[in-house]
Amino acid sequence: MLAPGLLSTIQDRGRFGYGRYGVPPSGAIDPFSLRVANLLVDNPEDEACLEITLLGLKVRALTDAAIAVTGADLQPFLNDEPLEMWRSHVLKKGDILSFKGVKSGCRSYLAIGGGISLPVVMGSKSTNISSKFGGLEGRPLRGGDILHSEAPRFHLLAEGRRFPQGWVPPYGKEWRLKVIFGPQDDQFTERGKETFIGSAYQVSPQTDRTGIRLAGAVIERRPEVGESIISEGVISGTIQVPGDGQPIIILVETVTGGYRKIATVITADLPLLGQLRPGDTVRFKQVSLDEASQALGEMEERIKRFKEGLSLS
Amino acid sequence: MSYQNPRYRIMGDRALILELGDEISPEVNRRVRELVLTLEENPLEGLVEIVPTYRSLLIIYDPLKIGLAALQHRIEEFQKKIEGIPIPEPKTVDIPVVYGGEYGPDLEWVSQYHKISREEIIRLHSGSTYQVYMIGFTPGFPYMGELPQRLATPRRETPRTVIPAGSVAIAQRQTGIYPVESPGGWQIIGRTPLKLFDSTQSPPTLLEMGDRVRFSPIEDEEFEHWPR
Repeated sequence: MLAPGLLSTIQDRGRFGYGRYGVPPSGAIDPFSLRVANLLVDNPEDEACLEITLLGLKVRALTDAAIAVTGADLQPFLNDEPLEMWRSHVLKKGDILSFKGVKSGCRSYLAIGGGISLPVVMGSKSTNISSKFGGLEGRPLRGGDILHSEAPRFHLLAEGRRFPQGWVPPYGKEWRLKVIFGPQDDQFTERGKETFIGSAYQVSPQTDRTGIRLAGAVIERRPEVGESIISEGVISGTIQVPGDGQPIIILVETVTGGYRKIATVITADLPLLGQLRPGDTVRFKQVSLDEASQALGEMEERIKRFKEGLSLS
Repeated sequence: MSYQNPRYRIMGDRALILELGDEISPEVNRRVRELVLTLEENPLEGLVEIVPTYRSLLIIYDPLKIGLAALQHRIEEFQKKIEGIPIPEPKTVDIPVVYGGEYGPDLEWVSQYHKISREEIIRLHSGSTYQVYMIGFTPGFPYMGELPQRLATPRRETPRTVIPAGSVAIAQRQTGIYPVESPGGWQIIGRTPLKLFDSTQSPPTLLEMGDRVRFSPIEDEEFEHWPR
C-alpha cells in the first residue's frame, strides 16, 4: 500500500446474524460490483475486496496477481496506462496500480485473485471502523500496509475475463431509486408521501457508510405523531425522516433507529446506493413487491449467466 | 398495550417488522423474546436474521428463497406453538460501577436537576433490577429499564462526541452502558470496568436481550485495579 486514498477499507458481503448484539452488517455498499469483481478473478463472489472511495489509492504488486476493478470509474491506471474496468488483468511483480480520481460513481472495488487473507470476525472480513474490528485491525488502510492473498498464482488464468458492458448499471449524476412504501408510511400525510415521490433530492456532503443525507422538500408527517418512534431494527436502504423532514437513506453501519421510515429502497437497487455522491440528484419511484422481485430476478440472472459463461470457457 | 396478534409492517422486499405492542414495558418485551426463541427453535428456510427490540422484531429474509406471503404464513404457524415452548429464564448479571468524578461527569448535573444528593442517586440507580429490553445503537449497547421515576432525566442538550467505553448512563426512564468509545447524548453517571463487547468472543456481548442487570457501586481504587 503506497497511498490509501481518501478512504479505502476491506469489505466483503457483510456480517449477518449479529444484529441482535447491536452489530451492523458492514460490508460492501455496492454488493453487485463486489460480486462481479470477485468472479472476474475466480474468487468466491463473497470474498473480501478493497472498497475505494472517490480517489487516491496506490498499490504496488509484490508478486504476480490477477486483479479486477469494478464499480465507480475512479480512473484506474496500471503503471502509466489507463486500466480497463470490469475485466481481469494480471499485475506483474513491481507493477503499480493507482486511481487518479472520480469520473463517475463513488466507490470502486478492487478484487485480488486469491482474496485477502485476514481473520474472519463474526462470519465476515468486513471492516467496522467505528467499533474498530474486522478487516485489517478494524481501521481504514494506510500507507505501508501489506495485504496477502491465498495462492494468487492459481488465479492468473482468469486474465482477460470480461463482464458484459451492457450489464453494468449506468452511473450518472441523476438517480431514480425504486422504493416500496413502509414500514411507517401511514404516519406521514398524503401530501408528505406525494412530496417524497414527486420531488428531487440532493445528496448532501454529510454522507458516509452509515447513511446518505438528502436535502430537498420537507416531508410532512401526520400532526398527531411525534418526531420519533420506539427504536426498532433497520436495514440498509430504508429511508428515515427525522424531525426536520429531510430524508436519510440508511446504509450498512446502522442496526437500530428511532425515526419513522417512509419507504425502503428495493434490494435490486441497493448497489446504486454505493455510487451516489454528494451533489447528485435522487428521485424515488414507488414499485410493488412483484416489481421488486422481478428487478431482483433480473440482477441475479445477469450474475448467474456470467458465472455459467465462466464455467464453459 | 400489548397486541393480541402481531401487527406487520413491510420494510422493503426483504424485511418485515412484527409489532407486539405499542409501548415500552416488560410484558410486551417478554412476548418479543418468546417469539424470537420460538423462531429459533424452528429453523425457517430463507430467514437471514432476527433483530429483537423493545416491542418488535425485525425479520430479514432472502427474497430469492421465500416470499412475503409464505413467510407470514409460517410465522402465524409458529405463533400457535408459542404456548408449548419452554422459555428459559433470563440470566442476571451484576455490573460493578464507579460513580461520579471523572468517571461520571454528569452525576453532579443530575443531582442538581433533581435536587437529590449524589449518594441518593447512587442508591437509587444501584438499588433496582433492570431488564435488558434490547441491544442496539452500537455493538453491545444495552437499553435497560425501568429507572426509578425520581431519576427520570432528559438527555443532554448537546450530545458528547466521545464517550469512553464502559460509561454508564441514564436518559428518561432508561439506563445504558456505552460498550465502545462512541458519541452519545445520555447523562453519564459512572463507569464499569467490565467489557460489554468483544468481537473475538461468542456471543460477542456481555448482555443479551431479556437479561436482568444489577449495578454494584465500587471505589475508584477497585476500578483501577480491576483485572482486565
